[in-house]
Amino acid sequence: MSDTLEGTAHGNGSAYGSQPRKEDARFVRGLGTFVDDLALPGMLHGAVLRSPLAHAKVVSVDASAALAHPKVKAVITGETLAQRGMAWMPTPSHDTQAVLATDKVRFQGQEVAFVVAEDRYAARDALELIDVEYEPLPAVVDARQALSPDAPVVRDDRPGQENNHIFDWESGDAQRVAEVFAEADVVVEQDMLYPRVHPAPLETCGIVADMDPVSERLTVWSTAQAPHTHRSLYAQLTGIPEHRIRVIAKDIGGGFGNKVGVYPGYVCAIVASMITGCPVKWIEDRSENLMSTAFARDYHMRGEIAARADGTILGLRVRVLADHGAFNATAQPSRFPAGFFGVFTGSYDLQAAHCAVTGVYTNKAPGGVAYSCSFRITEAVYLVERMVDLLAGELDMDPAELRMRNLLRPEQFPYDTATGWRYDSGDYPRALAKALELAKYDDLRAEQAARRERGELMGIGLSFFTEAVGAGPRKYMDMFGFGMADGAELRIHPSGTAVVRLSCMSQGQGHETTFAQLVAQELGIGVDAVDVVQGDTDHTPFGVGTYGSRSIAVSGAAVVTVARQVRERARLIAAAMLEVSPDDLEWGDGRWFVRGDEELGYTLAEIARVAHSSFEPPEGVDAHLNAVTVYNPPNLTFPFGAYLCVVDVDPDTGQVKVRRFVAVDDCGVRINPMIVDGQIHRGLADGIGMALMEQIAFDADGNHLGGSFMDYLLPTALECPSWELGQTVTPSPHHPVGAKGIGEAATVGSPAAVVNAVMDALRPYGVRHADMPLTPAAVWRAIQGRPLRSDVAIT
Amino acid sequence: MEITVTVNGQQHRRSIEPRVLLAYFLRDELSLTGTHLGCDTSNCGACVVWLDGVPVKSCTVLAAMADGKEVRTVESLAQNGKLDPVQQGFIRCHGAQCGFCTPGMLMTARWLLDRDPNPSEERIREAISGQLCRCTGYENIVRAVRWAAEHERRDEVTS
Ligand code: FES
Ligand code: FES
Repeated sequence: MSDTLEGTAHGNGSAYGSQPRKEDARFVRGLGTFVDDLALPGMLHGAVLRSPLAHAKVVSVDASAALAHPKVKAVITGETLAQRGMAWMPTPSHDTQAVLATDKVRFQGQEVAFVVAEDRYAARDALELIDVEYEPLPAVVDARQALSPDAPVVRDDRPGQENNHIFDWESGDAQRVAEVFAEADVVVEQDMLYPRVHPAPLETCGIVADMDPVSERLTVWSTAQAPHTHRSLYAQLTGIPEHRIRVIAKDIGGGFGNKVGVYPGYVCAIVASMITGCPVKWIEDRSENLMSTAFARDYHMRGEIAARADGTILGLRVRVLADHGAFNATAQPSRFPAGFFGVFTGSYDLQAAHCAVTGVYTNKAPGGVAYSCSFRITEAVYLVERMVDLLAGELDMDPAELRMRNLLRPEQFPYDTATGWRYDSGDYPRALAKALELAKYDDLRAEQAARRERGELMGIGLSFFTEAVGAGPRKYMDMFGFGMADGAELRIHPSGTAVVRLSCMSQGQGHETTFAQLVAQELGIGVDAVDVVQGDTDHTPFGVGTYGSRSIAVSGAAVVTVARQVRERARLIAAAMLEVSPDDLEWGDGRWFVRGDEELGYTLAEIARVAHSSFEPPEGVDAHLNAVTVYNPPNLTFPFGAYLCVVDVDPDTGQVKVRRFVAVDDCGVRINPMIVDGQIHRGLADGIGMALMEQIAFDADGNHLGGSFMDYLLPTALECPSWELGQTVTPSPHHPVGAKGIGEAATVGSPAAVVNAVMDALRPYGVRHADMPLTPAAVWRAIQGRPLRSDVAIT
Repeated sequence: MEITVTVNGQQHRRSIEPRVLLAYFLRDELSLTGTHLGCDTSNCGACVVWLDGVPVKSCTVLAAMADGKEVRTVESLAQNGKLDPVQQGFIRCHGAQCGFCTPGMLMTARWLLDRDPNPSEERIREAISGQLCRCTGYENIVRAVRWAAEHERRDEVTS
């Protein structure tokens, strides 16, 4: 095991490489500081009253009995907020969301009132004392019914909104697609649902809000993947100026997109603190988390793929019906209503492609972009990789061979896709070949043939994915109106140790270690000599946060940039110290030295000491060593990978066992390979969860059927195999160290491999497609020729 | 009601509401916040502590049920400033990412190794199968426990 930890460097050599994480010293001792661990003097506890109905008029809210509870300090209702102009808040998708319902409730679990009490038990007790009168309305639950003329209108609060339509968005060239489809020998068509799922980080969302009435300063500790954007939103909502709001995220127990947005409970806790003058804590429970916070996916897709008889893929056409729930609160760059679904052309050299996406309101919780999806690339990859497998089935071709034939070739990079994305770099055939080799693909196929003879159901599934991460060029991409560039600040202390401040925020990704390695590498100082500060708006530069695999791609680039700026200033000072021209100096082994005379030179620590002394720096050069930058990425980065999954299916029970999973990832240069592998492991488990177990389902009345971990099933150690990883390294040409980002690659790439494997196993039964999650019941139904939800028509 | 609970070797006497869960008693009354809560349904195991030497989900145990008993939490694993081998294993093998499930996983791992000093991968997976981790895909947790097992046995040989 110790071989995973080689490469620890202090001072000399490379600071990159696997090495233990700085954050673990506290985590293994139980000394992390998660938001629910905070206890402030005089702190009160909040609880949210939620709607039991999916769609109803709120006739009245009577909180008098709750207010009479001896431990209750306040009850906040929609009315209270409306008086302050805070009953509604803006979403990242140009919509509004009710903080507490005033007119109607629009999904089961929607926030209706907020109780503040002396302890968390009393707050919960008092919820029962609030009397809400509802007038039930018919609910629209099925997205396919949302646009029918007799569907109830979910958002009658929106001026001019007379139906449940949110947007139409398209990408690609429909005309050109029609032409290539006309030339094709074969066209395959399939409807598929990417079900509604939930990121379900192990820690739920929570906040402690502390409004100091004297200084009029608001301090918020919360589970915030994006502290700076949260602060701006709080300023906008409360009217408290931004400089008097401080948002702090200490340790976050997983996010995966669940903790990007601002939730009504946060706003209520802030208002509660403003009203009571005490700190107020609100921690949601698991049911609240699963019922009301950002869900993911819920894409009804129809794919059509056209090819020549020899397997050359010509084009792809996609129609999507996107269920956005009751409020369009998807957290994505605001000009991309379908996120980055536009990369649905995947990893293939297509002549033409087109997609059209329609977003609709339904009586379900808001969200849509979350769960490590790289802004909807999970949906895109699933679509194209299922279509390629279906095409292989139609042509009776091996799916690996079909992919190899159509993958982009290394010489085609940078590659402009049919939908307008410029892929930065890649060697796709190499990655696929590596995965096939690691898996011993030919042997697997031989084994499968032998097992089929014996009536056993073994399946082999492939997927090849390309991600688009590191949003984004700020010109095209913003969150809440903020361009997606990220800041970094670096300061070298007189002794040569350093502090670097990030605008992004870890939720388990190990930023304290990886970002220290980036600085150490550039400056030739020890990793332990670099402190990483994140998650505190008072102490970090502005930026839009950690999601969409953007930390290394954007903040990482910012950090490398400031480190190089500091190194350059150190060069000027070293030149003055040595009384030579800066041009005569060379950097190596953590020192600036005179070219041709290695003895004559100084380490960064030596230069730092002098830079802080009474030594006069050269004209025009600031004393001290520090730097600030904002990194605006010129393009996204495009990680990719080839995955292979082997499953065994029990024909009698429909139970799927994932026997092996081989993952070859290329995320460019790896800073800490141990952490990179850990990120991949996580995403692979997500893939098993989504493909086989996870779904947020509703009944016809809009009742949520997945409100606990008893109903919303997550993979345990028993469902996960021991992952088999491989890698290739194709640096990003525009990232300063060639890194691309890895946080979501495996979540994006793996579901299709699992589903393709199960469908491959079921081939003897003539099953073409069945929708996720492939639970035993779903598989059994597919075997019986009655798939649960496939071939659902969308128009 | 009054209860007396020995937690990590120290006796605590408190007056509590009978309905208070052990997890909240530890966290709110004793400020031992290493024990986490990740669900309300005994599914996630972030709250695992030992009650009289047996791992329990402390979100499903009333504090009153711990009256007169001994509780051990993650805060007790390191002794005299020295980390327990399972803690070291989690560091060496990257068994923790966000760290939220970690305390519960560590308590189960310690219990397993006390009973089976050389558990197979299957045995480890089974032992933690009542617990959820959303970050690691379990791979490195399994490796961390194996690391601890190997190092404990090695230490025994040398000491
Ligand atoms: S909090 Fe106890 S099992 Fe989840
Ligand atoms: S490390 Fe995050 S839940 Fe296990």
